[in-house]
Amino acid sequence: MPYPTDFKYTKEHEWIKVEGNTATVGITTYAQDSLGDIVFVELPKIGSEITAGKTFGTVESVKAVSDLFAPASGTVTEVNGELATAPEMINKDAHSAWLLKMTLKNPGELNSLLSAADYEKFVAEEGGH
Amino acid sequence: MPAVETTRKTALNAVHRQMGAKMVDFNGWDMPVEYPCSGGIIAEHNAVRNGVGIFDVSHMGDIRLQGPGALAAVQHISMNDAAKLAIGQAQYSALLYPQGTFVDDVIVHRLGEDEYFLVINAGTREKDFNWVRDNTRGFDCNVENLSDDFTQIAIQGPKGVDLLQKLTDANLSAVKFYWVTRGAVCGLKNILIARTGYTAEDGFEIYIPADEATSARVWNEVLAAGKEFGVVACGLGARNTLRLEGKLPLYGHEISDTINVWEAGLDRFCKMDKSEFMGKDALEKAKAAGVKRTLIGLEMVDRGIARDGYKVQDPSGGEIGYVTSGSFAPFLKKNIALAYVPPEFANPGSEVRVEIRGQSARAQAVPTPFYKRPKKT
Repeated sequence: MPYPTDFKYTKEHEWIKVEGNTATVGITTYAQDSLGDIVFVELPKIGSEITAGKTFGTVESVKAVSDLFAPASGTVTEVNGELATAPEMINKDAHSAWLLKMTLKNPGELNSLLSAADYEKFVAEEGGH
Repeated sequence: MPAVETTRKTALNAVHRQMGAKMVDFNGWDMPVEYPCSGGIIAEHNAVRNGVGIFDVSHMGDIRLQGPGALAAVQHISMNDAAKLAIGQAQYSALLYPQGTFVDDVIVHRLGEDEYFLVINAGTREKDFNWVRDNTRGFDCNVENLSDDFTQIAIQGPKGVDLLQKLTDANLSAVKFYWVTRGAVCGLKNILIARTGYTAEDGFEIYIPADEATSARVWNEVLAAGKEFGVVACGLGARNTLRLEGKLPLYGHEISDTINVWEAGLDRFCKMDKSEFMGKDALEKAKAAGVKRTLIGLEMVDRGIARDGYKVQDPSGGEIGYVTSGSFAPFLKKNIALAYVPPEFANPGSEVRVEIRGQSARAQAVPTPFYKRPKKT
């Protein structure tokens, strides 16, 4: 499964697409596949601050609750309202079913994230089944 | 070196893995939780509601009591009235501790004049067998643990009967719900076929020899025969959401060794007019004292999913109980839960709260079962 090369990735399976000083965040197709059917998404309010490496919400499958970890620090400017009624969009296309948009507080943080190639290697090693 | 507990496997374990099932540990058993090739939990759940799904439930245990004293032995350890069973009939019941709390729930099948077959939970196999053997020593019957002898396949859903009829010479239309028969299945002779299940749908459970080759052959023949009905393999994930919608108890959740029959609302399976059974005296006292908590159904009003163990609160935020089982319900498309609360909150419409990650989410008591299968016309 090719991971978009214009995204960067975390080891917790979030992706971030940066455009200037703003970014879009989602979870990867590896994450949705591991989770199974997603039935609930909890996202922060517009205007709230999120911090790189800290949890900013949850995504729930039928069986489990999973924390979402922020790939970068900043302020939430938009959340994907469609996910409130159709969380399964993430299962259908995780790389386009974005969770939130944000302004970036410290773009330097992005340097420590994984490239698509590194992320692909990472999940290949983690996968194992 | 301390003994290492190895994970147990059913005879179909390799088949599940070949199918690409996501596996999980369930009470020491390596079991499929869902099958991506089936479409996952929600697809599996709805296949059972709308068509047919199959489950490997071989991890469950089987105990046979046989002999002139078999009925008396069953009557002593089981709270329901086994004397009411005709040959070929089954009933839901429970084994109780002297305190009136649950050793396990069980389906009691009468297979012959003096032959009773108990099907028990996977997690309580050894505990139950020891319990049955120890508490029936004074009765004239043999008690055998047949748990490893059978692969048990559940074929569940409105099309289950059509699927299984293709594979057996037994006349399934003559078998009423909670009755059993024997017949050839997939060429195997004299197979126990029970019209039972844990999905709140019509369906059957077949008990076939537990060798891997036979088990795999039958599993695959069932899938092939079910293709025209849209059959899918289903795992423990769907098994749980299906039984939850039907308000079927799960040991360790709605019933346990600290919960009694009245609290669990299983009165109709407990025959207090039997002269004697283990737990009867304690239950009489408990009934006189009145229940302090009762099992109710909840539906979430606010966004959020109430899950096992979450606290239940009154509308002012005071803790009043806890969720025993909770989930998104795939057929009902709601977030539902079962919970123990004081009786004053039990009436449908009662407002409560569920604590979800520190937030008090609104929920309300609803009638149960949440789902009841439509009557066949």
